[in-house]
Amino acid sequence: MNDGVVNDPNIVIDARGVTRRFGDLVAVDAVNLTVRRAQVYGFLGPNGSGKSTMIRMLCGLLLPSAGSIQVLGLHIPAQADALRLRVGYMTQKFSLFEDLGVRENLEFLAAVQGLSRREAARRVEELLIEYDFADRQKQLAGTLSGGQKQRLALAGAVIHRPELLFLDEPTSAVDPESRRDFWDKLFDLADEGKTLLVSTHYMEEAERCHRLAILDHGRLVGDGTPAELIAKLDGRTLRVQAADLRRAREALSAAPEVAGVAQIGTALRVLTHTQASPQRLQTSLHDAGISADVQTTTPNLEDVFVAATGRSRRAGEMSP
Amino acid sequence: MNLRRLGAVMLKESRQLRRDRVTLAMIIGIPMILLLLFGYAINLKLRGLSAGVADQANTSASRALVMDMMATGVIAPKMAATTPQELTQALRRGQISLGIVIPPDFEARRFDGRDVAQVMVDGSDTVVQSAAMQLAQVPLDTAPIANTRPLELSPNPISVVSFYNPERRSAVNIVPGLIGVILTMTMVLFTAVAIVRERERGNMELLIATPVSRAELMVGKVAPYVVIGLLQTTLVLGLGVWLFRVPIAGRLIDVYAAAMLLILANLSLGLLISTRAKSQFQAMQMTFFVFLPSILLSGFMFPFSGMPPAAQWIAEVLPLTHFLRLIRGIVLRGAALMELWPDVLALAVFIAVMLSAAVLLFHKRLD
Ligand SMILES: Nc1ncnc2c1ncn2[C@@H]1O[C@H](COP(=O)(O)OP(=O)(O)O)[C@@H](O)[C@H]1O
Ligand SMILES: [Mg+2]
Repeated sequence: MNDGVVNDPNIVIDARGVTRRFGDLVAVDAVNLTVRRAQVYGFLGPNGSGKSTMIRMLCGLLLPSAGSIQVLGLHIPAQADALRLRVGYMTQKFSLFEDLGVRENLEFLAAVQGLSRREAARRVEELLIEYDFADRQKQLAGTLSGGQKQRLALAGAVIHRPELLFLDEPTSAVDPESRRDFWDKLFDLADEGKTLLVSTHYMEEAERCHRLAILDHGRLVGDGTPAELIAKLDGRTLRVQAADLRRAREALSAAPEVAGVAQIGTALRVLTHTQASPQRLQTSLHDAGISADVQTTTPNLEDVFVAATGRSRRAGEMSP
Repeated sequence: MNLRRLGAVMLKESRQLRRDRVTLAMIIGIPMILLLLFGYAINLKLRGLSAGVADQANTSASRALVMDMMATGVIAPKMAATTPQELTQALRRGQISLGIVIPPDFEARRFDGRDVAQVMVDGSDTVVQSAAMQLAQVPLDTAPIANTRPLELSPNPISVVSFYNPERRSAVNIVPGLIGVILTMTMVLFTAVAIVRERERGNMELLIATPVSRAELMVGKVAPYVVIGLLQTTLVLGLGVWLFRVPIAGRLIDVYAAAMLLILANLSLGLLISTRAKSQFQAMQMTFFVFLPSILLSGFMFPFSGMPPAAQWIAEVLPLTHFLRLIRGIVLRGAALMELWPDVLALAVFIAVMLSAAVLLFHKRLD
């Protein structure tokens, strides 16, 4: 494919070897990414893993240090101006005007996005109702709750009916119920044929994505559907029940084959580097004087995350 | 440039401005405070110092001298005394601010060319003191009497009138210049801060991700401030005419045209600062970096001709210098704007350069 135009109209984002440095820091490190139309594509990664930086480069707001980007068939950053007409971007930090009212914010965005006066009037009415702001049109955006702010920001991002939406941690300051409602809205948009790239660090949100990229320290450490990513971990997750959970945990953490241990309720959840044998682990715990019951269990996305990021964290420690 | 987008940016900016109490207060407050401050200080020097007179000679010439001094308006007669001691007492009690003693041998002194009169001043009030010194136009004499100081008056009392204000500084002169000072202070600061604030609050990331162009963003952002600047001009001019009877010799339209040039120059400079400043605080620092030399070197505080050449070169780069020449020419001498074309040209060039630099330096990117 190299530098040529992506011909497949179903490929909305195609990024090859995208890298961004800030001084010595490599915030995004040679990331390849392919996003297809009408997908909800998740960006999962801890704080500082480069999610925002990657999204900003895809929008043309930051220049990549290396690599090539095509979005909606446009070369970015060269054709970023043309792209701006066709994408919506919801920033991580609330970026609407806090000293403008709900309606005023939407009216401003409609005009700036190039909607005609009549079209804008119609669209603003429509969004006020659809996003449940009909009875607080005059309220200043700064006085909205966290969930309301995010809803307003989403309404603003879709006002010009963009084909592609970038959403940077849209639910980070939102209560769980509003978060679920918000994600329902995202899937409605995907059903309309829009493509969404959403960054998050919530597992239950990542689980709902059609496809997922896991970032860690700027590197892409996992890419696939949640089911695919989970399937790769088959046989590597164990459930350990023991009388003395603390000692069991210490012993397990020290074991070379263990990648991660977490306490879930009254049991320990253990992730191993390779296919694990419950019997062997139980024996070795027994040898250490800990009686425990070890069984395999089905992996989940949390395990995927630990497997992906934990591994690279160890690699990072070893390099100078 | 898309007019609908431009209009939307302007409307948004005006709405935000209307809700920004602090800025609104500054728009009205700064001109009022500066005008009253400068106007009042000058007024104090100008007229109405209460004076006591002890005319011990009481000849027609001595009476004429006293009348001439009263006629300057700097002093107003409050008491008549017969001895210098009475005046000293009244001074000490604060009944008068200034005492004039004409000795009995006035005619003989006048004939010999010696000092003909003595002005006694309350030395604790520096404003009164300097007023009297200007009135008398001679340096301080020796021995103080109690906390009063004797001063000697020059032999020609009529010269006091014309020498009173050697640099011709008066409200008449200050008010037009004050328009320039106020516009320089507020216009640069408002624009610079307005844009940097959007960057700090994160609004800029939203704006640059939309199709709005750099020119639409910048012009739309500063346009409401043009109106504000013209309002401030009207405020200062109106108060100047009303309170200080500043006569406007030239045409009003020329006054506003000159103000418009300065407003645009300062807004462009504010835009340029906003592209460089990382925080509102930095924007303020940079504004004052321009404001201080403007105040000191433009000819507002000190006469331009008296400054060293290097300072004059710097002054030529400052918009306020050219505006002062324009406004003084129009308001005081009744000149037409275009008669002063070199300064009009200088301001136009300044606007073009600053605006181009600002638009070029403003990127629709975060890095
Ligand atoms: N403008 C910048 N200048 C310097 N470093 C930056 C800048 N933006 C981001 N970084 C750094 O790049 C890394 C990735 O940041 P970011 O993309 O914001 O991560 P995330 O969104 O996943 O939390 C972080 O270490 C951050 O400090
Ligand atoms: Mg981020």
